[in-house]
Amino acid sequence: MKKIAVIGGGVAGLEVSKQLLEANIPVTLIEQSSKIGGNIKNYAYLFPDFYNAEELLNSYHYLITDPNLQLLLNTEVAKIDFSKKTYNILTKDGISVPADAIVIATGYNTFDARLKEEFGYGIYENVITSVQLEQMFKNKEIKTPSGKIPERIGFIHCVGSRDAKVGNTYCSRLCCVTAIKQAIETKKFLPSAEIFCFYIDLRMYGLLFEDLYLSAQRDYNIQFVRGRLSEASEMLDKRILIKVEDTLIGKPLQMSADMIVLMVGMEASDFSKQFKYHNGLEVNEHGFFNPINPHNLRNLTSKDGIFLAGTAIGPMSVGETLDHARGTALSVLSFINAN
Amino acid sequence: MKTYFQYPFLIGMIFLFAFLIYLYVRWYTKLSKYDKVRFRKFWGTKKVWKAIYDSINDGLLHASIFKKNPVLGYMHMSLAFGWFLLIVIGHLEVVVATGGLNFPFYYAIFFRYFEPVHATTIAKIFAAVMDFLLLFILVGVALAITKRFYKKIFGMKHTTKLKPLDKVALYSLWAIFPLRLFAESCSAAVYQNGSFLTNTTGAWLGNIANSPVIYQGSWWLYSFALCFFFIALPFSRYMHIPTEIYYIFLRNAGIKTKKTWESYAQIQLYSCSRCGVCLDACQLYDAGISDVQSVYFLQFIRNKEDAEKPLFGCLICGRCQVECPVHLNLNDLRTALRIKASKPLTFSYSYTQKPEQQSADTIYFAGCMTHLTPGTKKSMAKIFDYVGEKVWFMDEDKSICCGRPLMLAGQYDSAAQLIEKNTELIKESGAKNLILSCPYCYKVFKEDYILPDINIKFHANYIKELIDQKKLPDSKLNITAIYHDPCELGRGMNIYQEPRDVIEHYSHRIPLQKSKDKDQALCCGAGLGGINLTGDAKNAMTHNAMTYFDKFNPDVLVTACPLCKKTFVSDRRIEVLDIAELVVKAIEQPNELKALPHREKSYAIS
Repeated sequence: MKKIAVIGGGVAGLEVSKQLLEANIPVTLIEQSSKIGGNIKNYAYLFPDFYNAEELLNSYHYLITDPNLQLLLNTEVAKIDFSKKTYNILTKDGISVPADAIVIATGYNTFDARLKEEFGYGIYENVITSVQLEQMFKNKEIKTPSGKIPERIGFIHCVGSRDAKVGNTYCSRLCCVTAIKQAIETKKFLPSAEIFCFYIDLRMYGLLFEDLYLSAQRDYNIQFVRGRLSEASEMLDKRILIKVEDTLIGKPLQMSADMIVLMVGMEASDFSKQFKYHNGLEVNEHGFFNPINPHNLRNLTSKDGIFLAGTAIGPMSVGETLDHARGTALSVLSFINAN
Repeated sequence: MKTYFQYPFLIGMIFLFAFLIYLYVRWYTKLSKYDKVRFRKFWGTKKVWKAIYDSINDGLLHASIFKKNPVLGYMHMSLAFGWFLLIVIGHLEVVVATGGLNFPFYYAIFFRYFEPVHATTIAKIFAAVMDFLLLFILVGVALAITKRFYKKIFGMKHTTKLKPLDKVALYSLWAIFPLRLFAESCSAAVYQNGSFLTNTTGAWLGNIANSPVIYQGSWWLYSFALCFFFIALPFSRYMHIPTEIYYIFLRNAGIKTKKTWESYAQIQLYSCSRCGVCLDACQLYDAGISDVQSVYFLQFIRNKEDAEKPLFGCLICGRCQVECPVHLNLNDLRTALRIKASKPLTFSYSYTQKPEQQSADTIYFAGCMTHLTPGTKKSMAKIFDYVGEKVWFMDEDKSICCGRPLMLAGQYDSAAQLIEKNTELIKESGAKNLILSCPYCYKVFKEDYILPDINIKFHANYIKELIDQKKLPDSKLNITAIYHDPCELGRGMNIYQEPRDVIEHYSHRIPLQKSKDKDQALCCGAGLGGINLTGDAKNAMTHNAMTYFDKFNPDVLVTACPLCKKTFVSDRRIEVLDIAELVVKAIEQPNELKALPHREKSYAIS
């Protein structure tokens, strides 16, 4: 029997495991944290339909008890030995996991907003990230650290995306629609709050995304200002003063806000970024894994038996991730049958 | 017997002297009124001795090159000092032999031809000395030839590329001394008038030297080599030989490079020996850029070629200036030429809004770039708070740029407008102290603002003063730190010690190697001077600098420049702090070492 290991217990890794288990293939699933779910654990609702993220995650929980699944939680991969035909995954705890096929589903990191120091994250208490706001939705409470209900909130798009200064020139695709989703969600929580989105351009690529954008303006009175934030500073009362150029009016604009939310983009995971410095697997200049080609060999690496699933190859929505993961599962099955 | 072979030498020599006199006079007349006065007054002062000392030390002995690279130093010294002695002692020899000064100008150069019989002891001693000097130079020539083809023997990664006239001059220079050896060996073969070197080589030649074609021909060749060298010299890099001495005297007279490109700058241009020492100092090689370095920049300007790329494609970090054995003001030259080459912007800056005027004893001016690193701004506010300093944060809300970035871009007039606006604000406030946290601001405020009654301080120096006055607590963090000297602060303003003192007071500083420290510190890669460098080029330099720092495995990298900070932070391998942030960290959380936020994990995967 071929041994299959999946690295990463986010939705991509879970979906691959689920498909393989359904085909009666035993799977070893390696997850670095203490719980399965990955980044989706941070989300309350998913765009564009406000689907409950927890519900989606719960749909995978039954896998934990599957006898064919060996789940290694709190396990970080230290090294993969590619030298023999059966690969060997060595964990940091010294466990060795031999595998004929490995699915890399290591996902993404959110951009560390401290790198964009001029926006003041980590320096000013009322500057938060979109991940923190999502946590507030989960806790059903939106408050500043001093306990104040914010009256004016600014959403700052493209933080760590499309920004050569932090080394990320690509678009993370999902932050625009996430911002609109979060703005609407915030407005639902705080109907009297004023909400502004500061954007470069809005990339509403999905089928229903444009409708969400319209609805945000029409039904929720969310204001959109085209202009990139230049800098944020803290006022005496801890509110945030933002400086931005409204490029539609063509004038510089200064505005105070009780809270600003930085829409942090998606970056390659630490696991994939290390391949920028070490040989082993191919990553692109952004540190994401490179599939053989992005069209019909989107799940394969140039190494036989090493597969890719989900956002390890670049920013994707949850739905796209699951589709991709199912494709990967199919590739793994054909690999097993061919050998 | 009438001889003709000396004529090529004579033609070359006369041409060279005429040309030099013309240039020297022209350069002098083009100096500014004040510089002319400076230069005239200089001659009565002690500074002349310093100039003579520098001329011998740098022009003849090449002591600066010697210190950096003994083999390269020997090469330059043997050619310059050796040739100098050969001329001086050669003439002395003639004076002794002829018993007077009544001999033609070229006589000493071809002495072995004109005076074949050497019988006296004194003549034999002279012959031995002259042979020794010739050998001394020939070793230098051999090294020069070797360097061209095997630069690595000299510890050099790069050697200069040559222009056609440089090649004529270079090859004739290489030829002069072997040809002199050949000619003198021929004489020695026939008359035994040489010494240990030429008599030996003469003996090898034997009867061949008796052939009039060979004998006469050897002296003709020697004369022609000299002729070619002298005629090519003014159009080649060897023009630095006569110009450098002139430059040393002007420099010692206290003349400085101006913002405008003038005669003094022109003289520096010709003083470049194109030795190539600046090349190895340049970090642009990290980005694969190999045609904008100072030596090429000056060459482009001299040849009146399109110098847009070398002029604006340099960080003006100043690493090459430190290394320059001729002590050229390379940064000032580039800046002056940028001003000359730039089309002035027609911005009025009337739209800039002045902040509300306040009166204060102390002003803090953060500058545009500190506004992009609010961690520094906030830390400064905390320090002011801690020591009870009442400060007017002049550009807290509305800010006017200090003018330095425009100046580096060659927009001097625009910069002057901003300088005027800020000067007015500062003067009206009645402040006595002005504190700055950006080295770019600091340099321009110190050098280009006229604020005679105001004490302009860099924040690291201000913090050092507070520590000395015991106004800040002694609470050392248990972390290791590397200090990165910002270009504008270190090489630019000569501030090295105070930031180190502050860092050592609050953490454990890891010293860097001498070759990457203080005036040889690396540039972060994003110096504001790099006008037309691409992001990729800058990143390559940043990456290499960080790779170097990472080897020391420090907990933090501390710098004192917002631009360095932002640049290094983007590399993500080491946590980067401004010196003010380190101080506040030490005051606020002396026992707590925070998790390093930016460190990218790099564990090995095979």
